[in-house]
Amino acid sequence: GPLSERPLMEVRLGELHTWISTCDFSPQGLLRTVQKAWNSYYAKYINVRRGGPAGISMLLTGYCVLSYSWNYQHLSKNAFLGSL
Amino acid sequence: MNLSFFDQFTTPSLLGIPLILISTLFPTLLFPSSNNRWIPNRYLTLQLWLIHTTTKQLMIPLDKKGHKWALILTSLMALLLTINLLGLLPYTFTPTTQLSMNMALAFPLWLATLLTGLRNQPSTSLGHLLPEGTPTLLIPALILIETTSLLIRPLALGVRLTANLTAGHLLIQLISTASTALLPIMPPVSLLTTTILLLLTILEVAVAMIQAYVFVLLLSLYLQENI
Repeated sequence: GPLSERPLMEVRLGELHTWISTCDFSPQGLLRTVQKAWNSYYAKYINVRRGGPAGISMLLTGYCVLSYSWNYQHLSKNAFLGSL
Repeated sequence: MNLSFFDQFTTPSLLGIPLILISTLFPTLLFPSSNNRWIPNRYLTLQLWLIHTTTKQLMIPLDKKGHKWALILTSLMALLLTINLLGLLPYTFTPTTQLSMNMALAFPLWLATLLTGLRNQPSTSLGHLLPEGTPTLLIPALILIETTSLLIRPLALGVRLTANLTAGHLLIQLISTASTALLPIMPPVSLLTTTILLLLTILEVAVAMIQAYVFVLLLSLYLQENI
């Protein structure tokens, strides 16, 4: 189909910058993107017939990684404990 | 070594976006909306069972007028429980360690219960300031004491939650620093400290859940007196 309507996984690398220029970066557009992304994650990993702890664990691990990246500047300043 | 062990409680921000915003909004993702199926997925089934059990438990002592508070009390409980438990994961930030946030939750809700009571049944609400059967000589002193205890309730609610969580996180950081520092020097003592750390983590999980429950339970108790 046309470039703007294809999901991200089906866009070829060369067309990436064109695809990004067709993106909607207004607040409503961003919200819609976040909602779509969450719904596809939820439908694929959590809303399954015989789910397990995997779906939520991946989400929590991603949250930990995000928190680490948010704190990185502060964490990197701590002196290495071997110098004690 | 950290310059100060309280550094973990400062709000981290990246490019001007504070992490507290994401940490407070993240629990929304963990509570998906039910999709009206007879049997939803396992995650949702577990969650709905938990929420229904706690709501029924909270609503037992309240009469029909109090059931209007069911939604806010249950959602408050779910929020506090999730925020407290998420704070125990590594590198995460716990919004409920900030006194500002807990006072913002405690004060308006307590005030709402108080004003409901004073508006609908003023004599009964004021009557709670004097317990039944007090000796006549003690009445003035007791009224003063009961008024003070009434006015200190929001402060106690907020500070209880803050202090419990902050103390727990601080202890975990101190003991883990100790066991890491002792590892090259005295490995058996380091092992002992790690065992203590393990027990402390289990305690912290319990404290996280209990504190959330106590917050909401006390609010429902203040509601019972005033509804």
